[in-house]
Amino acid sequence: MKRLLIQAAWPLAVLVAVITAWDLCCRGFAIPAYVLPPPSAVLRVILERHQTLWNAFRITAIEAGGGYLLSIIGGVVIALFFAQSPLVRRSFYPYTILLQTVPIVAIAPLILMWFGSGLRSVMLVAFVICLFPIIANTTQGLISVPRNLIDLFVMSNASRSRQLLKLRLPHALPHLFVGLRISAGISVIGAVTGELFASSNAVGEGGLGYSITYANSQLQTDYLFALVLTASLLGFLFFFTVTALEWLCLRKWHESAMKTDAD
Amino acid sequence: MTPTATSQPPFITLEGVTKRWSNGATVLDGITLRADRGEFISLIGPSGCGKSTLLRLLAGLSPVSSGSVKLDGMQPESAREIMSFIFQDATLLPWRTVRSNVELGLELEGKTTESQRRATSTALLQLVGLSDVADLHPRQLSGGMRMRVSIARALATQPKILLMDEPFGALDEMTRDFLNEEVLRLRENDRFTTFFVTHSVAEAVFLSNRILVLRAKPGQIAAEIPVPFPFPRTAELRSAPEFLRLVGEVSAALRAVQNPASHGHP
Repeated sequence: MKRLLIQAAWPLAVLVAVITAWDLCCRGFAIPAYVLPPPSAVLRVILERHQTLWNAFRITAIEAGGGYLLSIIGGVVIALFFAQSPLVRRSFYPYTILLQTVPIVAIAPLILMWFGSGLRSVMLVAFVICLFPIIANTTQGLISVPRNLIDLFVMSNASRSRQLLKLRLPHALPHLFVGLRISAGISVIGAVTGELFASSNAVGEGGLGYSITYANSQLQTDYLFALVLTASLLGFLFFFTVTALEWLCLRKWHESAMKTDAD
Repeated sequence: MTPTATSQPPFITLEGVTKRWSNGATVLDGITLRADRGEFISLIGPSGCGKSTLLRLLAGLSPVSSGSVKLDGMQPESAREIMSFIFQDATLLPWRTVRSNVELGLELEGKTTESQRRATSTALLQLVGLSDVADLHPRQLSGGMRMRVSIARALATQPKILLMDEPFGALDEMTRDFLNEEVLRLRENDRFTTFFVTHSVAEAVFLSNRILVLRAKPGQIAAEIPVPFPFPRTAELRSAPEFLRLVGEVSAALRAVQNPASHGHP
């Protein structure tokens, strides 16, 4: 516990320094609040509008989380398919790279046009952006099993399904977690981007992305800051959850987890 | 030491076994060899002489290009049930505990119950002196201990044939000597027939009934040297003059097959 506090001390010190500098800038240069609100104003708006922030947070969390979970299922299924043969990989892999290279802001409007404006479409945008890291890393894990381990299973006359279940999948797990960590953060980016296009014509409350467009158009810069902070918090929560889960699953045997375990 | 009853056919026979890679290079050329039940045969030779490939052919992990391999009257693929392979590295599954690694072969065979497997692993871990670490994961063990887990796993299925591909090559000399004695001790209980690939002449002499010296390009048996010392052998044998003389003899045979290209290699 004490060690944890010491580890947290430096990032906290940086945080305090940044907030102080921010506050001094606002006062010193007399920057108008609609350009750069002082930290106190942001804090005030967080306290005042915590209910609306919470609602927006919840909606975006469902969209990002839903898309994320779908991408895990979809990504692992596709990776299992890719792991079947080099021919399959050669044939299909180039197209999955499209997922990575086409900017999400270009795909999002298309998805919304095709599937309508709403929560499900935003989820789909998050799904698309999360998919590639999961496919790429899981496939890598499934096909990088050392030759000797495969021979060992062959010598035991293990069937393909046994080999998958008892060798390839556990071997791929640390790789899957690499993908999961990358996608955890970008799922929020996907959901917020999706909302920028989606909920703008939906009546009533929207998620963080929608609220950001709204706050921007109204020049409520302090509220905009509060929303951005909330979005970061959401991404951080996802990331933290996955990292904790990774530690739980791998700490006993994997080298990457061993370090956090031992030092 | 080697029973040569003419009434029954040899346990393992290789007839004119040749192995070519797809690029046409000949790795093994016309290997003919017989092994009796319970024999311990070491394969030694320069890099690229195909000694590891020969083990893979015996295991059925790689097909022969021509010739035939018979193990207890069976093709290699069908003989896997009576064979175990011990690899250069311990080849343990890092996510499994030591015990669970030892049980892997039995588990994959699927012929035993969980309690039977547990009894087997308990007995074997005791035999190799790893009872205390049964619940640890491989990364928590030293290289020598990992190799002992690997040996225990190989023995769990009660193989009649054990194929060992330079299993102690990565270990320090003391650990290697210790494990050599351990292998001999384990063989007292259960006379599995062994093919043992090694780079160490002393190790080969200490363990074997017979040493085959291979030459490279193409891989052929250049010399066959019987090792007359009776079992059980103890660590003292290593300093006996007749042991050292035989080590010298095998080293000379090995030098004779070193081609200029690989000269100076360890």
